[in-house]
Amino acid sequence: MKRRKGTNENLMTKAGGELDDRFKLAGPARVLMNKVFPDHWSFLLGEIALFSFILLLLTGTFLALFFEPSMTHVTYEGSYVPLQGVGMSKAYESTLNISFEVRGGLIMRQMHHWASLLFMAAILVHMMRVFFTGAFRAPRETNWMIGILLFWLGFFNGFTGYSLPDDGLSGTGLRIAEGMTESVPFLGPWVSAALFGGAFPGDEVIARFYILHVFVLPLALLALITVHVGLVFAQKHTQWPGPGRTEHNVVGYRMFPNYVMKQVGFMLLVFGVVTAMSGLFQINPLWMFGPYEASVVSSGSQPDFYVMFMDGLIRLFPAWEFRVPPYFTLPAVFWPGIVGMGLSVLLPLLYPLLERRFTKDRGHHNLLQRPRDTPARTGLGVMVIVFWVIGVVSGGNDVFAQAFHISLNAMTWGGRIGIVVLPIVAYYLTYRFCLGLQQHDREVLAHGLETGILMRDPEGRFYEVHQPLVEPDERGHTELEYSGATVPKKMNRIGVLEPAQRGFFKSIEEPSDEDGRRDQIETGNKR
Amino acid sequence: MAESAKRRRGWRKRLGALARFTGALVIVGGLYSVFSPSLYAQEAEDNAVDSDVVKGQELYDTSCISCHGDNGEGVDGRGPSLIGVGTASVEFQVNTGRMPMAAQGAQAPAGDPSFTEEEAEWIGAYIEYLGGGGTVPDDLAALVENAEEAAGGDLYRVNCSSCHGYAGGGGALSSGAHAPSLSGTTDEELYQAMLTGPQNMPVFADNELTPEQKADIIAYVQYIVNDDADPGGVFSLGRFGPSTEGVAIFLVGITSLLLATLWIAGKS
Repeated sequence: MKRRKGTNENLMTKAGGELDDRFKLAGPARVLMNKVFPDHWSFLLGEIALFSFILLLLTGTFLALFFEPSMTHVTYEGSYVPLQGVGMSKAYESTLNISFEVRGGLIMRQMHHWASLLFMAAILVHMMRVFFTGAFRAPRETNWMIGILLFWLGFFNGFTGYSLPDDGLSGTGLRIAEGMTESVPFLGPWVSAALFGGAFPGDEVIARFYILHVFVLPLALLALITVHVGLVFAQKHTQWPGPGRTEHNVVGYRMFPNYVMKQVGFMLLVFGVVTAMSGLFQINPLWMFGPYEASVVSSGSQPDFYVMFMDGLIRLFPAWEFRVPPYFTLPAVFWPGIVGMGLSVLLPLLYPLLERRFTKDRGHHNLLQRPRDTPARTGLGVMVIVFWVIGVVSGGNDVFAQAFHISLNAMTWGGRIGIVVLPIVAYYLTYRFCLGLQQHDREVLAHGLETGILMRDPEGRFYEVHQPLVEPDERGHTELEYSGATVPKKMNRIGVLEPAQRGFFKSIEEPSDEDGRRDQIETGNKR
Repeated sequence: MAESAKRRRGWRKRLGALARFTGALVIVGGLYSVFSPSLYAQEAEDNAVDSDVVKGQELYDTSCISCHGDNGEGVDGRGPSLIGVGTASVEFQVNTGRMPMAAQGAQAPAGDPSFTEEEAEWIGAYIEYLGGGGTVPDDLAALVENAEEAAGGDLYRVNCSSCHGYAGGGGALSSGAHAPSLSGTTDEELYQAMLTGPQNMPVFADNELTPEQKADIIAYVQYIVNDDADPGGVFSLGRFGPSTEGVAIFLVGITSLLLATLWIAGKS
């Protein structure tokens, strides 16, 4: 055989050239490969959601091969003894078969479920990062809104997936959704009848939810995720303020080769964590719930955690019914269920516009704000988190009551009072914490670091030695202005304003070579 | 001489009279006891010191009487009447450590039993003696042996799961009461509980669930709670449903991946 001439590098160049001739790839690829990512850990949270979504598509495709979205009545003849001979829908039977008969089916089902929980949890954590650092400000309001829509699409896709197996838990969840839908005055019964094809539960809803779950909603998710990520590329990343970082540059690592490696590694880590959890922790043992019957509601019937705050709001809301005889009754579930959910969609969606209106800040912002520097926003965020957590805990208040030997009535009243009082307390405390942290930053800038060394002067007075950050004036003060960046608080943090220590478990400080050098790109419009 | 003989004769005479009198008493008493089968005589036999009822009563009088009252008729505001509850109820409450109660509360918690099973049987015998009541059938083991898990599962989901949960993990009831977890319960305890409705549990008498149906439920509960190989993982997360799954995704999933982000961003 004749040996090819030329080195590998030439081959690569040639192949690239051939590809570019045909597909015109060089231009876009250059932009893509040169994109600079800031190297702070908090910029990696959205990726957890992205990688979980990929895993959801993969495992979901596997499950779709074996799942039958049909409510046809069959008798179970599979291998799970306690259900043999029990009548059920084909949907439930095929889910049981995925769990017990299909090779690898159970771990795929568990991976799909854990990945969905991780997807939603990562969205929440990522959303918190964006909110608390002000990354949603102009020009990125649209991307924030897309992110909120992604959360709600995930919410409904998760709920439809939860409903598909047609086990006791699915049916109970559907029943609550039906009750919420029907609580809307005038429209509700019509919408519900249209959704279920008649009276609950009917024999249509599984097939309809299936199309929503595997086609409509994932497609919408995929489309919005593409726009979401595309906008990040178009608008460039935000970054923390620091030396050399301005509104017009991004400091960090380029996509290729550095960040691609990190991202692929991180993706495999996400897959690994989901797989490990699926192997270790049982999730939704639906063979125990049995086929759905309207008369059977198990205790401990909860939705998945991202729906649980809705459940909690419904549990906490007093039973206030509003009646206009003989026209309609407005049941209590309308307020937390429909109004509550509507506000949970609208308020976060419009938050960037609201903040713009109240702060009258119309500028463009590419540098992030530290949460302590915007105490009102940070307080508001913590307020919402406390509200949400109380809602989630109240959604599982029977489980909490049982596990921690608390009266269920006490849990309910604690939730009712807590959800009103505690967010306000949280806002106040957070606000004060932020001011305190700000004050301490200013103190360090004016007087230097606290060294922990106590001295006693000849008059007997004790004082602490401070290490000024720059040459102080004769009164020991330094005139440093706060720049919105991290202020060193310990002696060994001086000079490491950039968070760039090497190594994770232990420090591996070494002189940086040319390959590890940080790059920066200019975005133009430099003033 | 004559004096002493005369005195001796008199003494004999008196001794003879005493013997005759004693003999007559014995004969009359014996005849009486033979020919009068009275109520008292019967009780005398039952009240023998080693009778279960007597031993049960002794235990009752020292450990139960303050709340359940003299002769098990109950004390207002403390404890209900025990007349007619039967041995099944007594043995369930005592053998699971629920009775005697340490303090009045929403519900007696299960715990270490204060009496041995034999002592519980004695108390049960005494309560039974006060007024009958339900008992566990002697052929329970055979009933459970022939039971069907699937039929039991249907019955369990309809009758039991709304309090004890889909997987028998238990659940909260109102005002501090709770339906306990079913893990680690014996067939007898399950049967006794269904039959007698201890604490806040309703009674499932034989005209609601036949003994065969109770045995089906027992077989199902034992399958899912105690025998199930638990497919799908090393940890079942307590089988509390989606609540603990939500805790797990944050404590395990998000926490480990946050550490990963610190690692990836810090490592260059």
